[in-house]
Amino acid sequence: MRRLHRAALLFVAAAMPLTACAAGSGGTGQAGPAAAPGQGDAFTLTVWSNYSGREQDEVTKALESFKEKFPNADIRHEGSQDDDKITAGIRGGNPPDVAMSFTTDNIGQFCSSGSFQQLKPYVDRDGVDLGQIPDAVRSYTEYKGNRCAMPLLSDVYGLYYNKDMLAEAGLTAPPRTTAELLDFAKRTTKKAADGTIEVAGFLPTMLFYANRPPIWAPNFGAKWETPDGRSGLASPEWAAMLEFQKELVDFYGHENLERFRAGLGQEYSTDHAFHQKKIAMMIDGEYRTAFLRDQAPDVRFGTAPFPTIRPDLYGIGFTTGTIMGIPKGAKNPGAAWELIKHLSFDTGTIVDLANGIKNIPSTKAALADPRLEVDENFRTFIDLAVSGKLQGNPVTPIGDAHIKAIGDFATSWQAGKVPDLMAGLAEVDRQIDDQVAKSGK
Amino acid sequence: MVATLERVDAVRSAPAGGRSRSRARHRLTVLAFLAPAILGFALFFGYPLVATVWFSFTKYDLINPPEWVGWENYAYMFSDKLFRVAVYNTLWFVVVLTVARVVFALGVASVIARLKSGVGLVRTLCYLPSLAPPVAATLVFFLVMRPNEGPLDSLLGWFGIEGPLWFADPVWAKPGIAAVMLWVSGDLMIIILAAVLDVPQEQYEAASLDGAGPVRRWWHVTLPTISPVLAFGVVNSIILALQLFTQAVVAGSAASGSADVTGSTKVLGFPENSTLTFPVWLYTQGFRYFDMGYAAAMATVLFVISFAATALLVWRMRRASHQEEGG
Repeated sequence: MRRLHRAALLFVAAAMPLTACAAGSGGTGQAGPAAAPGQGDAFTLTVWSNYSGREQDEVTKALESFKEKFPNADIRHEGSQDDDKITAGIRGGNPPDVAMSFTTDNIGQFCSSGSFQQLKPYVDRDGVDLGQIPDAVRSYTEYKGNRCAMPLLSDVYGLYYNKDMLAEAGLTAPPRTTAELLDFAKRTTKKAADGTIEVAGFLPTMLFYANRPPIWAPNFGAKWETPDGRSGLASPEWAAMLEFQKELVDFYGHENLERFRAGLGQEYSTDHAFHQKKIAMMIDGEYRTAFLRDQAPDVRFGTAPFPTIRPDLYGIGFTTGTIMGIPKGAKNPGAAWELIKHLSFDTGTIVDLANGIKNIPSTKAALADPRLEVDENFRTFIDLAVSGKLQGNPVTPIGDAHIKAIGDFATSWQAGKVPDLMAGLAEVDRQIDDQVAKSGK
Repeated sequence: MVATLERVDAVRSAPAGGRSRSRARHRLTVLAFLAPAILGFALFFGYPLVATVWFSFTKYDLINPPEWVGWENYAYMFSDKLFRVAVYNTLWFVVVLTVARVVFALGVASVIARLKSGVGLVRTLCYLPSLAPPVAATLVFFLVMRPNEGPLDSLLGWFGIEGPLWFADPVWAKPGIAAVMLWVSGDLMIIILAAVLDVPQEQYEAASLDGAGPVRRWWHVTLPTISPVLAFGVVNSIILALQLFTQAVVAGSAASGSADVTGSTKVLGFPENSTLTFPVWLYTQGFRYFDMGYAAAMATVLFVISFAATALLVWRMRRASHQEEGG
């Protein structure tokens, strides 16, 4: 009997991790667009977003503006809800009416699995002009023609440079090509007598701060897929990007660079290396202008499109943003669509929110609206957004598995652990293709 | 003892029919008291357990009904490069953390047991870190070990030693996490301390009379007496290492500069997947790549390994204990 007890205890102890994987599941199905509420109807909408603090308050204000159209609407905004919680809400049969996601990595899953309901029936019924949304933004809010989300503002990435540091190195304008970036980075780097880095001109370390493969890829002309839809990383463009990074890493010395990088502050803290004047240039989103204004007012900085490998690419960049959808099982989908439509297309609301949280408007009309507060540095990102040259996040049904695969590879490559670059990239392609094939989508 | 004998006698003296009714009533009473626990166990433990094994044979994206795929998820493990990395990382923790944790806790407990004064204070100080939330504990270590800026680096610098990059170095990230885990092992230390203090003084006195010094007394009296508790410590540490998740995620995120990044945009496994433990990879597959079938297969493998390792260990220790008793 004692043995039996002991065996049972062992079984329980060993099985603890197993139990975390199991949970219920639900059915699918969507029958046409739900009817819109009447203007005088009283209804409640629950909205989940990942915003918090000041930004959450601004989004709540934008949500409240919906009451101008539906005065009896009661909107409950819950912040700090990430994608895991949205998925859990859907699975548990208790999703919000509107879900906002910070990451577009999951749009493929949201659309292909039915987590977010199809919006095309609503778009068609209401005659919504999707041409109002820039192409790149449209691309990251749908998957294989299935529109299941709409944008709520967007982020655009460009180059930040410290004007004083560049001037000290005799540089008067930001770099336009990656060759210039390499040269400027070397000239603005400061090393101590023992060789350790005191100030880095530019940090090429992958997966650190905004140095993520999707953000870098457009400026090297690198594409994620081949024309036949397979992973296309084993290409001269991706190789050029990685070789550029390696050249800069070798300039610093990998160990030297890692020691310097390891001592830098977190991405969204006041300790950020650019705030602390420890790096002269970096790639980042337009939201950094607000962080710098609030947290490091003594940093004299400028912004510009991120340098490109070829001059003809200049002005290209990466864009992503917050997406909104109606989760499967939402209690009031008709009203939820009205709210999403309001936030996606009401120019006044979009401009106010963009001014409030310093993001880029996601419609052409709002981008051109004179009420948009645009200073010299923010102008760079507005210009990039209207250029029509931006590229969105690669959309797949495997979350960010493809981004992790190339990010990991780039880190190993920079550390000098990859003997054959093209063979290595081909291996990453195989990993990504296997994972996509396994998803069956 | 008397009460037990009286109760048995009473049952024996009852007629056959009454005895059987009494037994049935007794069983029903016991069952009624156990029912909530049995129900909870079946609902929150038994069902998920069986469901997970079932999901491991399916393609399941968390939203749509699972589709049967047979052994596909298990076969995929052989071509998943990061599966091997995650297995290696977790085995590293199982070996290093188990040994280090038990030895560390035993060492601290042995020292405290010999203290003449300030026992309460030292015991409290050693135990307190185990109450720290894992995220906070890991972030504290990250800040203390931060290269160029952290106090540990400064301290080493005074002795002319250039410290490692700790969480930013693929070689040192795991030892860094192990250090966090040792710091919070006060719970095991307290259990072992209780066992050490529970060793009968007569045995020490007898050993002393036989001429045994402190080391021999510790080796031949303390250690054998507390061996069941040490066995528990080993099993507990193995399971802890197999389930290592929070510390690995926090350490990797902080080292990649994304500790303050929200939700699924966090960088996991940084640097170079050295902190990608089995549970972290399982979570990634299930909740970030939406492949819950594969994640369930990984969980099943983890369960089988945990159970087998623990059972083997307990069996070996029981055998050793019997041999010692016999010898």
